[in-house]
Amino acid sequence: MSIKFGVVVFPGSNCDHDAYYATKKILEFDSEFLWHKDTDLKGSNVIILPGGFSYGDYLRTGAIARFSPIMNSVIDFANKGGIVIGICNGFQILLEAGLLPGVLLKNISTKFICKDVYVKVESKNTIFTNSIKHDVLKIPIAHGDGNYFASDNVLKELEDNDQIVFKYSSSESNISAEVNPNGSKLNIAGITNKNRNVLGMMPHPERATDPILKKSDGANIFRSIANNLLK
Amino acid sequence: MFKATVIVRKRPKILDPQGKAVEQGAKHLGFNNVLKTRIGKYIEFFVDTDDREAANNEVKQYCEKLLVNPNIEDFEYKIEVVE
Repeated sequence: MSIKFGVVVFPGSNCDHDAYYATKKILEFDSEFLWHKDTDLKGSNVIILPGGFSYGDYLRTGAIARFSPIMNSVIDFANKGGIVIGICNGFQILLEAGLLPGVLLKNISTKFICKDVYVKVESKNTIFTNSIKHDVLKIPIAHGDGNYFASDNVLKELEDNDQIVFKYSSSESNISAEVNPNGSKLNIAGITNKNRNVLGMMPHPERATDPILKKSDGANIFRSIANNLLK
Repeated sequence: MFKATVIVRKRPKILDPQGKAVEQGAKHLGFNNVLKTRIGKYIEFFVDTDDREAANNEVKQYCEKLLVNPNIEDFEYKIEVVE
């Protein structure tokens, strides 16, 4: 099987080119932009909803992008088992679309935070992580609304079903309040759905792929997806 | 025609760091009695129908499907006839 990434471009997306550059130029996979007003996924078998400020974050983050024409196709694709990864604003859109549970609130500090963080790979039982050898990845975050919140019932369900994929941690994989940058429940940095084909994460793996930046842990996630599709 | 006004509030259990930050400003200004500042949204729009029930339905659905995130927010609305 071949692999083709489709990077959705919403008005206000600003990590679409990073995602394209990472998948096409660095990792050398087929990759193409998908315009939000289109409905054709152009044969992509992995959809990336990139970071940014779609529709200016008006109303709530991701709330309006969720009703873009392309999102009907993305939701259909995901419901049929297609692989979707939402990064930062893309994660917020997946939550608004109901493809993942919960919501991302304003950071507890009220500040926009842009820095490298460590995340523990909490579950390797996903196509996004099953070929990652490391236990901890160093990936940057850049967000004002990354404070993951869900009801206690939902949190328990996420834990019981092994749906928590990444947690903010120390470089030695310790999980504590000190290494939680934004107030997220259970230090959650990324989750998957019950069917394990949709991933939402706040850190930006596409910004940590180019070896020239001396920071390429994020590439592991894209390579893991490819390993699963190409085998 | 109706005019609708919607108020969206964060649920009491949901943290509101924005409200907290604004309240800090209030303290700096000397409003020492101010407490529990919480920030919500006020939204107004018109509904082009003369049928009150249809207007009610449309407003409620607009709230539930787009204006409000039921995970964290509650809402209330009013509609009034306008010329």
